[in-house]
Amino acid sequence: MSAILSISGLTKTYASGLQALKKVDLEIRKGEIFALLGPNGAGKTTLISIVCGIVTASSGTVVADGHDIVRDYRDARMKIGLVPQELTTDTFETVWATVTLSRGLFGRAPNPALVEKVLRDLSLWDKRKDKIMTLSGGMKRRVMIAKALAHEPSILFLDEPTAGVDVELRRDMWAMVRRLRDEGVTVILTTHYIDEAEEMADRIGVIRKGELILVEEKATLMRKLGRKQMTLQLQEPMQAIPEGLSDWNLTLRDGGHGLEYSFDVHEEKSGIPELLRRMGELGIGFKDLNTEQSSLEDIFVSLVSTRTESAS
Amino acid sequence: MRFNRHGVWAIYHFELARFRRTVWQSLMTPVITTSLYFIVFGAAIGSRMSEVNGVPYGAFIVPGLIMLSLFTESIFNASFGIYFPKFTGTIYEILSAPVSPAEIVLAYVGAAATKSMLIGSVILLTANFFVPVQILHPFWMVAFLILTAVTFSLFGFIIGVWAKGFEQLQVIPMLIVTPLTFLGGAFYSIDMLPPAWRTFSLFNPIVYLISGFRWSFYGESDVAIEVSLLATLGFFGLCLLVVGWIFKSGYRLKN
Repeated sequence: MSAILSISGLTKTYASGLQALKKVDLEIRKGEIFALLGPNGAGKTTLISIVCGIVTASSGTVVADGHDIVRDYRDARMKIGLVPQELTTDTFETVWATVTLSRGLFGRAPNPALVEKVLRDLSLWDKRKDKIMTLSGGMKRRVMIAKALAHEPSILFLDEPTAGVDVELRRDMWAMVRRLRDEGVTVILTTHYIDEAEEMADRIGVIRKGELILVEEKATLMRKLGRKQMTLQLQEPMQAIPEGLSDWNLTLRDGGHGLEYSFDVHEEKSGIPELLRRMGELGIGFKDLNTEQSSLEDIFVSLVSTRTESAS
Repeated sequence: MRFNRHGVWAIYHFELARFRRTVWQSLMTPVITTSLYFIVFGAAIGSRMSEVNGVPYGAFIVPGLIMLSLFTESIFNASFGIYFPKFTGTIYEILSAPVSPAEIVLAYVGAAATKSMLIGSVILLTANFFVPVQILHPFWMVAFLILTAVTFSLFGFIIGVWAKGFEQLQVIPMLIVTPLTFLGGAFYSIDMLPPAWRTFSLFNPIVYLISGFRWSFYGESDVAIEVSLLATLGFFGLCLLVVGWIFKSGYRLKN
C-alpha cells in the first residue's frame, strides 16, 4: 500500500531549548489505523501539531497525500482533520454554527446535508441548536470530532481521543474510527491506553524523548516481543529453585507456592515439555497450570524502560 | 494566487453572528451615549457656546463623536475577535486550516470594521435628530470612515495577538487611545488652544484623523486635508507591516 503521509528528518527544538523531536522518519500507509504510543512529553502532540500546521518544524519535511505541508499548505491541510487533545470549543456558539464554521475554514462550500450526516453519525443531531457550553464533556468531545470531519478529510488525527471519556463513548469512538477506516480515511491516533492501540491499530509506533524507537505491524510486534508466562501451582512450597531446573528461566511466586516460567512465543521450542518432564523426574508435583500472553502494555513498558536504562 | 473564499466567509460570518446575538446591546449603547452627549453638549452647554468656525457646537462635535466610537469599537471588536480563540484554544483550528495569514486578517478585520462602521452610521443617524448635520464631501466622509475603521481594526488585531490577558486588551484603548482622542480635538478645534499646546497636539496622530473626518462634513479642518489623508494612510500602512511581521515570525500565535 502506498504512503499517504511521509515524514522525513523531522526535528523540532522549542525556543526554550527543549528538543521535542529528533529526526523523526515515518510513513503512514493509506487507509490504515496507526497508533502512536509514548509517555507524556514524548513528542506525540508536537509531531501532530507540525503535520497540522500549528507548530513550525525546525527542519525536515512532511508530505500529506502528495502535498508538501509548507509549500503546498492549502492542498495538504484540506486533506487533514485534527481532533486535539484539549476540549477547546466555542462555548457560546451552537453545535451547528461551529461545525459549519469548520467546513468553511477548510475551504469547502457549504453543505448542510453533509453536516447533518456528520452530526447524526456522532449522535449530535438532537443537540445541533444547543450552545456548546450546555453540553457534557463527552458531547463536547463529539463536537470536536464533528468539526474535524466536517471538511471530509482523508487523514484524521486523533490526539488522545479517549482521555477522560466514559466506557460507552469510548466504544462508540472505536466504532467510529473503524467506520472511518472502512470509508477509506487514514487514522492516526495517539494514546496512553495501550489496550486502545491493541484493540484498534494496524500498526504501532512508539515514541520516546522525541525519537521514534519502533514502528511495527501490531501483530508482528505482539509476536516479536510477546512473551508468555506459564505459572505452576506447586503441591509443596519450595524455598529455592532446585539445581536441576537451572536451564529454564524460572522465578518463584507466592512465597514458593508458585513457579513461573517465562518464554518467548516465537522461539521454536517453548521448553515446556522438557521442563515438565524434568519436574516429574525430580518429584516436584503441581496442582494447576496456567499460561498467559503478555499484552502490548507489558511490551510497551519493557520497551520504554529498557531503552531508558540503556540511554542513561 | 488562490483564495479561500469559503474560509474567509466562514470566519467573517461567524464573527458577525456574535454581533447579531448582542445586536441590541451593541447598537443601543452608542445610541444612548450619543443622545446623552447631545443633550449635555448640544442642548445644555452647547447653547451657551459660540459656533466653532461657523459650525454650531452641537454639530461640530458629531465627527469627533463618530471617530471616538469608531476607534474604540474597531479596536475592541478586532482585539476580542482574535484574542478569544487564543484564550479558549480554538485558535488551533484557524492555524491548521488552509487559510493564509492575509485571509485571516481580511476576515477578522473585515468583520470588526463592518461592526464599527455600522455603529458609526447609527451614531450619525442619531445625531441627525438632535443637530443639523451637514456632509459637504460624502465621498471623503465614507472614505475616511472605512479607512479609519479598517486601520483601527488592524490595530485591534495586533493588540489581540499581543495581549496575554483580558486586562491587556483594555490597557491600550483606555490608557492611550481614549486620552489621545479627547485631546485630539474630538470636542474642540485645536485652533482654540494656546500656541504651545497647539504645536504639542500636532504630535497626536488622532488629530489628523478627526480633522480630516470633520473636513468631509463641514469643509473646515485643523490641518490640511492632504496631510490628514497621508497620516491616516501612514498609520494604516504601519499596522499592515506589523501584522505582516506577526505572521512571518509567528509571534504569539505559533511556536
